[in-house]
Amino acid sequence: MQTKRQKFKESYLLYSFKRDKVAMVSFTILTIFLLAALFAPVLAPYDPYDTASIDIMDSEIPPSWVADGDSRFFLGTDIMGRDLLSTMLYGLRISVMIGIGAVILQAIIGIGVGLVSGYMGGKVDAILMRIADVQLSFSTLMVAIIVSAIVQLTFGVGRYEQLAVPLLVVIIGIAEWPQYARTVRASVLGEKNKEYVEAARVIGLDSKRIMFSHILPNSLSPVLVISTVQVANAVMSEAALSFLGLGMPVSRPSIGSLINAGFEYIFSGAWWLTFFPAILLIIFILVINLLGDWLRDVLNPKLYKG
Amino acid sequence: MALLEVKNLEVSFALRHGDLVALNDVSFTLDKRERLGVVGESGAGKSVTGFAVINLISKPGRITKGEILFDGKRLDQFSEHEMRSIRGNHISMIFQDPMMTLNPVLTVGTQMVETLRAHRKISKAEAEKIAIKKLELVHIPSPERRLSQYPHEFSGGMRQRIIIAIALLTDPAIIIADEPTTALDVTIQAEIMDLLLELCDAQDMALMLITHDLGVVAEVTERVMVMYAGKVIETAKTIDLVRNPRHPYTKGLINALPGHGECDQENRLQQIPGTMPNLTEIAPGCSFHPRCDYCQDICRSTVPELRQIGESKERWVSCHLVGKGQL
Repeated sequence: MQTKRQKFKESYLLYSFKRDKVAMVSFTILTIFLLAALFAPVLAPYDPYDTASIDIMDSEIPPSWVADGDSRFFLGTDIMGRDLLSTMLYGLRISVMIGIGAVILQAIIGIGVGLVSGYMGGKVDAILMRIADVQLSFSTLMVAIIVSAIVQLTFGVGRYEQLAVPLLVVIIGIAEWPQYARTVRASVLGEKNKEYVEAARVIGLDSKRIMFSHILPNSLSPVLVISTVQVANAVMSEAALSFLGLGMPVSRPSIGSLINAGFEYIFSGAWWLTFFPAILLIIFILVINLLGDWLRDVLNPKLYKG
Repeated sequence: MALLEVKNLEVSFALRHGDLVALNDVSFTLDKRERLGVVGESGAGKSVTGFAVINLISKPGRITKGEILFDGKRLDQFSEHEMRSIRGNHISMIFQDPMMTLNPVLTVGTQMVETLRAHRKISKAEAEKIAIKKLELVHIPSPERRLSQYPHEFSGGMRQRIIIAIALLTDPAIIIADEPTTALDVTIQAEIMDLLLELCDAQDMALMLITHDLGVVAEVTERVMVMYAGKVIETAKTIDLVRNPRHPYTKGLINALPGHGECDQENRLQQIPGTMPNLTEIAPGCSFHPRCDYCQDICRSTVPELRQIGESKERWVSCHLVGKGQL
């Protein structure tokens, strides 16, 4: 009997991963980023949320290697005197949290709707898919503007700052679930006419069982692929919303709100405030997308290279 | 009383330009432990008959007339929920392609346990015990180990054995085998057929064997029913039917079998000319008349009834000419 570990060692997944340098580099960078985000409180030299430790006299110090730089602040400080590196680590943490949270929400709604829609067909399918179409015709930004405006009005700006993370998860999650629903539905439509589904019905299993334990596991590989891309998309959406001032407040910045905050000072010469968060965001999105591409190729049996 | 009795069954598919009648006035019985063969060309309605018995005709098809009695109960009037307790429990079905009928992402054990637990309130461990026992019945070596393997780790013949084992899990009274050996190579076919025969005997099961292979039917079944264009055209004891086919179509089928004699230019295989008509455009009269060598005026105008012919009570033929000195 092979152990799981041995099986993994001999798997095609690992084999093709080892042969693909782009995938390996992307994976390494992504792992470093995720670890950095996870351990931000440990790694960051300063705590950007601790107002007591911040000195306004330290504001707008350029990175340490530039003239006028301060060796205490490697990437410089922002206008409030916060260490940029620490703020970015915390920001990455918030961005990743919102990204993954939103994708989980999208996946739950989207997979459920797609599965029911594809399996049931007929009127149920038509209604659910039209709902998805309607949802897609609202842009994420529009939904975000309306929802955050309503929440800010009802709860006040102070409360909004506390609610921002779950709120953004819900907004991005709701706005993007049709992607999942469509992908899952397409793949369920392909699976449901296969003979093993007929066989499951002949055995006397009920529809719920057939949907969730027979069809769903067979439809998951495209879901895996779009999940990577969707995390990248969700992080981007969050950055875009924050850039427009609809996302995370400056007191608890995400990468997007850092870029936004820095953007106002770019003409006064404080380029690093926008530059480093922007680079971080670009690399983060890029490696996720590269990994997604690799995963898509690996999971596609038609591209099997042996 | 017969275990399964189908009376005047009619199945139609609602198409855009009206109903297509896939089964027309099909009646037959299946006794306990009996082995019935259902023979016919592709599209003759064999598989639909099988699916109709477990009330699983896919849309837009439906049973439009007739009765299906299992153990005296009207299956055609059962609700979906009641039907689920029959399917896979009292009546099991085996399909043609063992490569396709097992779920590729679940282990064999998972699929067997799931089937059992859908019908019995038993623990996973108990279900596994039964699964192992059934795998032994179908001669799978080291069944404990096999339970944790995925379908792709088995060969075609092994998979069909596993599918048979799944069908056996709940000790059904009837197994409907829809061309169970068509996708396998010849030596494996013989093994699987032998296995089915052995199991039917040992487990007191009735078998409804749907196939287009008369050789298999002759070997395995006791009684046979020949279908053509959605109708039963001849039914008889297998041995009588093979030795002495009465309906012109059955005669054609038997003649189309390769014999053991030398094969040369004079001894070529005989075939039935033409193809089965499209069910939407069946000519009036006997549905076989355009291909029949003996066709007469009455065949073109009147639909023949299924009549009992000769001394044997088992032999019924649907042909105007049979038994009237002409055939």
